[in-house]
Amino acid sequence: MNLLAEFFAVPLQFDFMQRALLVSVVAGVVCALLSCWMTLTGWSLLGDAVSHAVLPGVVLSYLLGLPFAVGALVFGAGSVALIGAVNRTSRIKEDAAIGIVFTAMFGIGVVLISRIPSQTDLMHILFGNVLGVSDSEIVQILAMAALTLAVVLAKHRDLTLYAFDPVHAHAIGLSPRRLEALLLALLSVTVVVALQAVGIILVVAMVVIPGATAYLLTDRFERMLAIAAAVSATASVLGTYASFHADIATGGAIVVAQACGFVLAYLFAPRHGVLARRLRRTPVRTG
Amino acid sequence: MNATEPEAAGAARQAPGPSAPPAVRTDGVTVRYGEVLALEDVTLSVGRGRICGLLGANGSGKSTLFTAIMGLTAAESGSVRILGADPAAARKRGLVGYVPQSEQVDWAFPVRVSDVVMMGRYGRMGPARRPRRADRAAVAQALERTGLSDLAHRQIGALSGGQRKRAFVARGIAQGARVFLLDEPFAGVDKRSEATITEVLSGMRDEGHTLLVSTHDLAGVPDLCDEAVLLQHRLLAHGPPTDVLTPQRLLEAFGIAAHAEGSAA
Repeated sequence: MNLLAEFFAVPLQFDFMQRALLVSVVAGVVCALLSCWMTLTGWSLLGDAVSHAVLPGVVLSYLLGLPFAVGALVFGAGSVALIGAVNRTSRIKEDAAIGIVFTAMFGIGVVLISRIPSQTDLMHILFGNVLGVSDSEIVQILAMAALTLAVVLAKHRDLTLYAFDPVHAHAIGLSPRRLEALLLALLSVTVVVALQAVGIILVVAMVVIPGATAYLLTDRFERMLAIAAAVSATASVLGTYASFHADIATGGAIVVAQACGFVLAYLFAPRHGVLARRLRRTPVRTG
Repeated sequence: MNATEPEAAGAARQAPGPSAPPAVRTDGVTVRYGEVLALEDVTLSVGRGRICGLLGANGSGKSTLFTAIMGLTAAESGSVRILGADPAAARKRGLVGYVPQSEQVDWAFPVRVSDVVMMGRYGRMGPARRPRRADRAAVAQALERTGLSDLAHRQIGALSGGQRKRAFVARGIAQGARVFLLDEPFAGVDKRSEATITEVLSGMRDEGHTLLVSTHDLAGVPDLCDEAVLLQHRLLAHGPPTDVLTPQRLLEAFGIAAHAEGSAA
C-alpha cells in the first residue's frame, strides 16, 4: 500500500514528470477519441501514413525555428490531400497511394535529418521526448487538443453517420465529402498532438489501439468513446510512471501499456473476446 | 380479374392533380464508368403513391439508377427530378429515403436500432444533431410502424434479415421521406419476413409514399408492385407487372434464362 503510494507520489515531486503526465494523458485521450472512428472506417493505415509524413515538416520547423506544429500540420494535411489526388487522378489504388506518399515523405525527412549536425533532437522527433517537453510545446499541444475536442464534441454524431452510412448522409442533404475532409483534418491534428508523447514511429498506435480495444468491449458508440479514452489515459499514466521508475523510453512504455490493454480485451472481453466466443461455441457444437 | 381495372385505378393514383409532377422522373439519363456504359438514355416516370419494381440481372444498372436518382453518381447526360424538384433540393428537404443493400452495411457497427432510425432525423436537427422531443417522438412512431419498438435497444446486427430491412425503412419514415429507394429489400429474407415487409411497404404506398424497389425476386413482383421496370442498361419495358414479366422480355433481360431455354430446345 505504502509502496504503491510511493510509486505514484514520488515522481510527482518533479516538475518534468507533472508536465509529461499532462501531455501524455491529453494526447492519449484525444487520440483515443479519434481512434474510434479510425477503427470503424478502416482508416488505420492512413493514421500510419499521416504520422510518418509529418517528419519533413517537423525537421523543417526545427531548421527554420518555427513551432513544430506548423510544419507537422502542413505536411500531415498535405500528405492526406496528396494521397487523395494520386488515388483520384491515376489508376493507382488507395493502399498503394498511401504507401507511396508516406514513404516518400518519410524519405525526405530522413534526407533532411542527415544534413543536420545535432542528432539528439531528431531522436526525440522519432521516438518522442515527453520528459523534456518545453513550455511552448505544451501550449501548442493543449491548444490543438482543445480545438480537436471541441470539434469532436460538436460533430461526433455526423462523423458516426459518415462512418456508418455515407450514402444516407448524402441522401439527406449532408456532404459525405466534407465529413470525410473533417475527419481527415482531425486525424492530422491529432497525430501532431501525440508526436511529443510517443514520437512519429509510434503515434499510429495511439490512433488505432484504444478504439480497437473499446470496440471489443461494447456495442454502443458513446460507450466506445468513453472506454477508449479511459483505457488510453490509463496507459499514458502507467507508461509514463514505468518510464520514470525503470528508466525506459516513455513513448515505448505507453504503447506497450496500450497493447497490454488490447490483449486483455482480446482475450477476456465479455461478448467479443476470444474466450467468450469459445465458451459460447462449444456447447452448440457438442449439443 | 379484369385487366383494365387495375390500370384505371393506377392511372387515377398516378395523377393526383393536373399540375402535380411525378414522384421520380429521369430524362435521357446516361451514366458511364470509364469505358463501361452503366445506363443508356433512361427515361422513366413514376407517379406518386406507387410501388415500382425495378428488375434486371446483376450489373444491369439497377443500383446505378438509384445512385443517379440520388445524385450520388454524376450522369454524363440527362436530368433527374424528384417530386418536381431538383435532386439536391429534394435531398435537403429530406424527401428521399434510402434503404441500402445488406452487403453495404457494416452490421457489427456499434449502433442500436434506435440510433439508426434517429439518423433519419439529422437533416432536421441543429448542427450538433442533438435530438429534441419531436425527433424522439418521430423515431418512436417509425419503430412502432415497422413493428420494431421492442427491439429499439438492440445492436443493429442483432436483428434478423427482415428486421434489419425494416429498421432502415423506419429510418426513412422518421426522416419524413416521400420517395423511397429500396435496394434488394428481399435478399436474404425468409418468406414470413418478406410478407411483413410487403405489408409495411403496401401501407406506406396507401399513404401516398412512392417506393422504387429493386429486386431479383420476380415471383413477388405482381403481389407487391403496381408497376415494373425492366432494365438492361437501357429501359426494356415499363408498365403493369403482368405486361412487363413476359417470357420474351425476361429472356432479353436475364441472359441465364435465355441460355436455359436454348439448351432445353
